[in-house]
Amino acid sequence: MNRPLKLSLTRRYHFAASHRLHSPAFSPEENLRLYGKCSNPYGHGHNYVVDVTIGGPVDAETGMVANLGELDPFVEREVVEAFDHKFLNEEVAEFRSAVPTTENVCREIFRRLKHFPSARLERVRIEETSKNSFEFTGESAGVEQRKP
Amino acid sequence: MIRVTRKLEFSAAHYYHNPNFSAEENRRIFGKCNNPHGHGHNYVLEVTVAGDPDPATGMVLDLKELKDILQREVSDRMDHRHLNYEVPELAGKIPTCENIAAVIWRLLEPKITTGKLDRVRLYESPDLFADCTADSNGSGT
Ligand SMILES: [Zn+2]
Repeated sequence: MNRPLKLSLTRRYHFAASHRLHSPAFSPEENLRLYGKCSNPYGHGHNYVVDVTIGGPVDAETGMVANLGELDPFVEREVVEAFDHKFLNEEVAEFRSAVPTTENVCREIFRRLKHFPSARLERVRIEETSKNSFEFTGESAGVEQRKP
Repeated sequence: MIRVTRKLEFSAAHYYHNPNFSAEENRRIFGKCNNPHGHGHNYVLEVTVAGDPDPATGMVLDLKELKDILQREVSDRMDHRHLNYEVPELAGKIPTCENIAAVIWRLLEPKITTGKLDRVRLYESPDLFADCTADSNGSGT
């Protein structure tokens, strides 16, 4: 008897954007201590890599969890067009009130893609650089955050 | 528990076509993958086996053995083949990343007797991969 299998599809997207890590809740010294050179008032940028994972049953007729013909234009519209070659702090409304750390960018992208109509969004993973990556699956860790 | 992953590359041709769909539907649903002349990819397969290391050998499984299993079950079947015509396990299925990963899982699972097959990840390109795992909730395919 064959065990049931679970399939997911992960598609990689790219955008380049600038940001500045700075919170009005902190003093200039605290911002500098907390965010270091990322708080430079002129901002800086990254080539972001976004891995979008879609899960769910494989459609017997198409052999697909999600049709890239639907997923690509959806992600393009919801994320790439909105984020690519933008200054995230000013040009993405959600980051007027939240610091555009890649943690927050990850959550915001998840929020935007959650409504993908044809299959279930499982995970958003972002590489801010080849050395830093962030993942969000929609869950909270449920642990108390340490104060900065 | 330790997870051990072995990588393998193979090149194969395929195209997407469902005889239940009209020619127009096939083009709309499968786009350029519907081209009847086929096209190909350099697939990259990552097979993960989970288990506790044997106290005597310090290994979850003999990687040489895994390499041989992958050669027999995957490379010999799929490398430099046309997936629509030459791989009986894929007959009647659209050879998508998802379906190929699931077929590879079914081929490998009974052969891996030391440790347990944990994940099959198949890259069709650096920008696209499918993951196949056992569905612990039993709600999958
Ligand atoms: Zn293809």
